[in-house]
Amino acid sequence: MTTLIKSPTGRASARPVGRRPLTHVQRDALAGYLFVAPQVLGIAAFVLVPLALVVYFSFHEWNVLANTFTFVGVENFERFLSDPQVAPVMRTTGIFSVALVFFNITLALLLAVMLNRSLAGITFFRTLFFSPVVVSLVAWTIVWGFLFQDNGGVNGALEVVGIDGPNWLREGPTAMAAVVIVQVFKNVGLNMVLFLAALQGVPQELQEAARMDGAGPRTIFARIVIPLISPTILLTFIITIVGSLQVFAQIAVLTQGGPGISTTVLVYYLFQQAFLFGEFGYGSVLSLVLFLIVLVLTVVQWQLRKKWVFYEN
Amino acid sequence: MRSAKMLTAVGLLAGTSLLLAGCASSTPAAEPENVQLRMTVWTANEDQLALFDDIANEYIETHPEVKSITFEPLPFEDYTTTLTTQVAGGKAPDLAWILENAALDFVDSGALAPIQDTLEKTDGYEFDDLSEAATALWQKDGELMAYPFSTSPFVMFANDDLLQAAGQPTAAELQAAGKWNWEGIAEVGAAVNAATGKAGFVIRDFDYTSWDNLASVWMGWGAQPWGDDGASCEFDSPEMVDAFTFLHDAAFDNKSMPGPGTTADFFAGESAFTVTQISRASVLPDSGFSWDLLPLPEGPEGEYSMVGQAGIGVMAKGENAAVAADFLAFFSNPDNSKKLAQWFPPARTSQLTTETLAAANPVLSADQVENVVIPGIETGVVRPGHTDSAKVGQTVRAALDAVWTPDADIEESLGGVCDAVEPLLGK
Repeated sequence: MTTLIKSPTGRASARPVGRRPLTHVQRDALAGYLFVAPQVLGIAAFVLVPLALVVYFSFHEWNVLANTFTFVGVENFERFLSDPQVAPVMRTTGIFSVALVFFNITLALLLAVMLNRSLAGITFFRTLFFSPVVVSLVAWTIVWGFLFQDNGGVNGALEVVGIDGPNWLREGPTAMAAVVIVQVFKNVGLNMVLFLAALQGVPQELQEAARMDGAGPRTIFARIVIPLISPTILLTFIITIVGSLQVFAQIAVLTQGGPGISTTVLVYYLFQQAFLFGEFGYGSVLSLVLFLIVLVLTVVQWQLRKKWVFYEN
Repeated sequence: MRSAKMLTAVGLLAGTSLLLAGCASSTPAAEPENVQLRMTVWTANEDQLALFDDIANEYIETHPEVKSITFEPLPFEDYTTTLTTQVAGGKAPDLAWILENAALDFVDSGALAPIQDTLEKTDGYEFDDLSEAATALWQKDGELMAYPFSTSPFVMFANDDLLQAAGQPTAAELQAAGKWNWEGIAEVGAAVNAATGKAGFVIRDFDYTSWDNLASVWMGWGAQPWGDDGASCEFDSPEMVDAFTFLHDAAFDNKSMPGPGTTADFFAGESAFTVTQISRASVLPDSGFSWDLLPLPEGPEGEYSMVGQAGIGVMAKGENAAVAADFLAFFSNPDNSKKLAQWFPPARTSQLTTETLAAANPVLSADQVENVVIPGIETGVVRPGHTDSAKVGQTVRAALDAVWTPDADIEESLGGVCDAVEPLLGK
């Protein structure tokens, strides 16, 4: 029962009688929904659905080769609580994350301060320190793997200055140090650039005023610069911590989690359980744990920002 | 009224469709057509892949229902993981090469479709020609689940140029002098390392991670990682302790073997000896040094030999299992087995002859084939395997790291290996 009505121009319109045209607000809302639709669909397809599937898998035992998929209730969660490997893996993950965040942020800030000046050729050094960020991660790690061999470049360099270097990748503490070094140098350039941009946004007048009031460089840095770049510090902390919990390729290429399990971090342990051992149910539990850790750390940092992050407004 | 007619028409159409669909499902399954087979392999050797393509094309010519057969090389290091992930993702290949250390997992799990019936019924296949020793690993309840396409003995290659440069006897001279044993190899290897800085002997692919390659050494001491039933750990047995003491001394004391974190490639002229499979001989003509090939050295328990095996299985989850099994029967028939023998020593007893193997391996002399290759295949024992191979392998690897430190207590460290792996063996 549709009736054609004449538009003011005389052309027929198929709009049913009784249906009102969209208001401005509704049209705006529709446009808004259409704009966010691709992002929402992407998140749904690549985040929410996989997350839901991981929760689903965590209650099942999936034997890929035997083609069996069995509901096991909370058995995988109970296994997580009684798994003797979990404590050392968590400890290793914590050590790696703390070491990475400390050295990465410190070095990035140091480099940014050093490179935040107008000197001839300064762009070259900025490019130099940033360049590892754009290098393929696996290629970067493989090269470092050769350098860290017992008879590799690092020990060769140490020998020149009379130091008998360790067998880096074969001893627990040095293997962890090697993985941290590789990751720090890989990504320090990114944080450095972020800090550099933040430093260049610090008003010179404030520093001039402080200097005229008798403040030394250290005081100016601690009392003026650091508070003003604190939003960037928060951002780099979140990025680096989340990144540290996702480190995988470096471990897989350099140490395969060894020696022993001294460099087996949570992500690598998850990979072993799910993809090497075919324990997809237990692997799903581990990935849920990882998700919760990342979520909690991010939320905590976000809440703490009110206490120590300075915002101009 | 128009709506009612339309609904009636749609209803009739739907009903007819369902009826036709029902009839279709009750008729015998249609002959397969446009079949596209895929086989995962771990070789990327162009010559080998070209031969596989030739065999596949020959098969397609006589089987119009098969549209294509592709061979998909996967990296050897992650081969089983990648294959399993493909299966998990619903993208199982139709056929797959299977490593011997994963054989029990694949054969016992039901992942493979039985192939014996197809092979036996294929004209001219000569199923009984397959050696029992070669097929033993690939059987389940007396039925063959995968075809052992390669039974390759582990042997010792020697770089005679490097030995002479270090003032040491050549491999043949060592053997003639009755010193072709691990003690003699370690002694000469240490001398080579001291004189040239190059490595003495290398257990290829071990790299202080792939520990099962060490079976080519510990078998000489009569050791094995677990009992025949697979349930009891034997890493802490006196034989194994002696074997690992020998290896530890070689790595850290007399330096006849490269230590952890040090690499040496025999085929690049960086070591005097290497233990590896016979199939590596194909790269030796390009090595630029004079070399020799001998059986594995004697251990305290005397002579022994080890073989590496690889099987081809038809994946039960594949959509074209029957066609895939038929292609496997063609791929491994006597004619094609002879062609493949140049890289993959066959499982057919009629082809384990000096004539066949020497013709297929022009790099090797007739003497080497007769005295090293054939006895190695005939008497060789496969590397240790166990169900849940990845988890067992990783657990042993992690625990064995304690052995590979200069001051390690071998007996205690191997006891630690048993403590770690025993709960898994009992499952």
